[in-house]
Amino acid sequence: MSSTLHRRRRLVFPLAAASVVALTLAGCTGDIAAEEAADVDCSDYETYGSFDGAEVNVYGTIVEVEADRLNESWKDFETCTGIDVVYEGTQQFETQINVRAQGGNPPDLAITPQPGLVASLARAGYLKPAPESVEANVDEFWSEDWKAYGTVDGELVGAPLMASVKGYVWYSPSFFEENGYEVPKSLEELTTLSEQIAGDGVKPWCAGFASDAATGWPGTDWVEDMVLRLAGPEVYDQWVAHEIPFNDPQIVAAFDAAGDILKNPDFVNGGYGEVNSIVSLPFGEGGLPILDDQCAMHHQATFYEGFWPEGTTVAEDGDVWAFLTPPAQEGDELAISGGGEIVAAFTDTEEVVAVQTYLSSDTWANSRVSLGGVISANNGLDTANASSDLLKNAAETLQDENTVFRFDASDLMPAAVGANSFFKGIVDWMGGQSSQQTVDAIEQSWPAE
Amino acid sequence: MTTADLINKLVQVIAALAIFSVVIGLLLFLIDRAPKKGRDVIQLIAFIAPALILLALGLIYPAIRTSITAFGDASGDFIGLDNFVWMFTQPEALQTLGNTVVWVILVPLLSTIIGLAYAVFIDKSKGERIFKALVFMPMAISFVGAAIIWRFIYEYRAGDRPQIGLLNQVVVWLGGEPVLWLQAEPVNTLLLIVVMIWVQTGFAMVVLSASIKGVPVEQLEAAQLDGTNAWQRFRNVTLPGIRGSLVVVVTTISIATLKVFDIVQTMTGGNFGTSVVANEMYNQAFRSQEPGRGSALALILFLMVLPIVIYNVRIMRQQREIR
Repeated sequence: MSSTLHRRRRLVFPLAAASVVALTLAGCTGDIAAEEAADVDCSDYETYGSFDGAEVNVYGTIVEVEADRLNESWKDFETCTGIDVVYEGTQQFETQINVRAQGGNPPDLAITPQPGLVASLARAGYLKPAPESVEANVDEFWSEDWKAYGTVDGELVGAPLMASVKGYVWYSPSFFEENGYEVPKSLEELTTLSEQIAGDGVKPWCAGFASDAATGWPGTDWVEDMVLRLAGPEVYDQWVAHEIPFNDPQIVAAFDAAGDILKNPDFVNGGYGEVNSIVSLPFGEGGLPILDDQCAMHHQATFYEGFWPEGTTVAEDGDVWAFLTPPAQEGDELAISGGGEIVAAFTDTEEVVAVQTYLSSDTWANSRVSLGGVISANNGLDTANASSDLLKNAAETLQDENTVFRFDASDLMPAAVGANSFFKGIVDWMGGQSSQQTVDAIEQSWPAE
Repeated sequence: MTTADLINKLVQVIAALAIFSVVIGLLLFLIDRAPKKGRDVIQLIAFIAPALILLALGLIYPAIRTSITAFGDASGDFIGLDNFVWMFTQPEALQTLGNTVVWVILVPLLSTIIGLAYAVFIDKSKGERIFKALVFMPMAISFVGAAIIWRFIYEYRAGDRPQIGLLNQVVVWLGGEPVLWLQAEPVNTLLLIVVMIWVQTGFAMVVLSASIKGVPVEQLEAAQLDGTNAWQRFRNVTLPGIRGSLVVVVTTISIATLKVFDIVQTMTGGNFGTSVVANEMYNQAFRSQEPGRGSALALILFLMVLPIVIYNVRIMRQQREIR
């Protein structure tokens, strides 16, 4: 008897401990909130039909806060149509999507930031062609450039989702005003302005290229901008598709043009010292000397808005503002580079079509953009919904019919180049290697077709 | 995740653990009750099988897979020796191999010499334990941690700004101009090697110190009576006495050095001409998505480690025979 009692006591403590742990963990989980069907206006969603208990799995690269906002963006749609949109985000998307597709366990929809990956999945026969309703939305709301990134071998497989714009030049409006500097309208004016600022005793540019394993990538943005402006979008497309070699003279010219600024000891590195400090400076710190007037300009995408210290006003009359890298000649068409996602479908049930159609609509674009932090190239987007002046500016640029948009080249090239040798090439090039040697080395690393 | 999900998961975990223990218990029970005839063999197999299966799954199968991949391109098609041709013709890949050779010569040599000298000098001194602990402590730091510490030491700030890196501050005190150490070829490779030596010296010192204490005092006294000086005693009595430990230390550090990845990846990412084979293997396989090239590098790394391991085993066996 005493022994069983003893044994029981021995059990009591672990059991108690386990239940405490279980209760604590239970406290961490958020039980689904009661549906607030009452206050949702469902008139926008009637066309999608009504489904009971249907579930659509969406898989993508978007994680953390951005993923929460994504879930928030289609909440009304879920309530009105009855479709449960289950989103799963991962940093290993690029490899995992192949694993899942090959393993016969694909998601219903994939949000892919690389058009090249969409193309390879489509050619392998995993993707369904875009349904008519999606194609109609793409034709209505997106430009030809954007449609092309969702098209594989002449067939549309997915609609674009969100967008980001690269090639902005950050500056301090008050510093420009005090010294009588004007925002340049051509690349030549940009050079003249740089010389003028350098003549006044301030290094006009500051930059930082360090980013752990991806060190050098901000430099690829520079080169891409120069190719797009000096050689034009057609050459840019050929360059990306390897129809012209990486060491084509026009690409060398683009490297040289970027080098005239980045490798010029009179022009860089404002606030940080010499040219060689660029590769070792974390990219996030690159533009900060603008706030102290130690540097006049910094080339970085829209997302740099989040890197300014707290309390910095980003506005045309604020502490910092940005202009797009100007075209080669004043009045030339504006060609910009940037990124975005493509939503492609692995299945074609009615509820998947409904979700895919909804994601390509202006309703979704407005719903997501009003939640903040991103923009979309959807023409139906009301730019007033953008969460900041800069994003509003970028969204307007994207919607402008005269804007030529091109995807970030390093995202389109094979990984051996776009994620490795192009970055490395930039590092060596900044270290003193000539443009010709650099492009020759990158060309050599292009995987054999 | 809702509470129901959580409870569901907990139940699953508990059920899995319960099933596992039942299966293992049943297995052990059955082994115990094995028929008398051949019981030894059955027991041997039952106990050795899990280890063998894990070895096959975790070591032998991947090794074969890697060897096959090394002869294929990015999509897995057979391309013969192209990956190896690439490795021995591309200037960058050649530099990687060259750097690895420099690493594998300098690190074992210097860490062993420094460790040995230190062990001899502090032997039987007053604060021996504390001195030992000081040098041994870096061993407790991970390579990534060590690399971050040393990256701070080599940190650079432009001319007139206050330096935060120790090395550049010293240079400035001496009246020099600060240098971007990690970008200065070929000094940067040597600076990375210093980190590895810093970590490995402690290991060499502790093993060799223990071994020195094992050298018979009688032999040393006899040598002293024969009129030898300290250096001759060290050279002719101590060194032969610790030969076995020396080989173990040198080979162990050599193998660790051949595999070095963390220090290079953390400090320079393989840029500025500092890449080594293991780092390049990772870059090719995962960043460039060229598994063939990565596997070829892995194979070369394996071939470089192999002779050291064989030598190590042979020496150990000889030692055992002597005893």
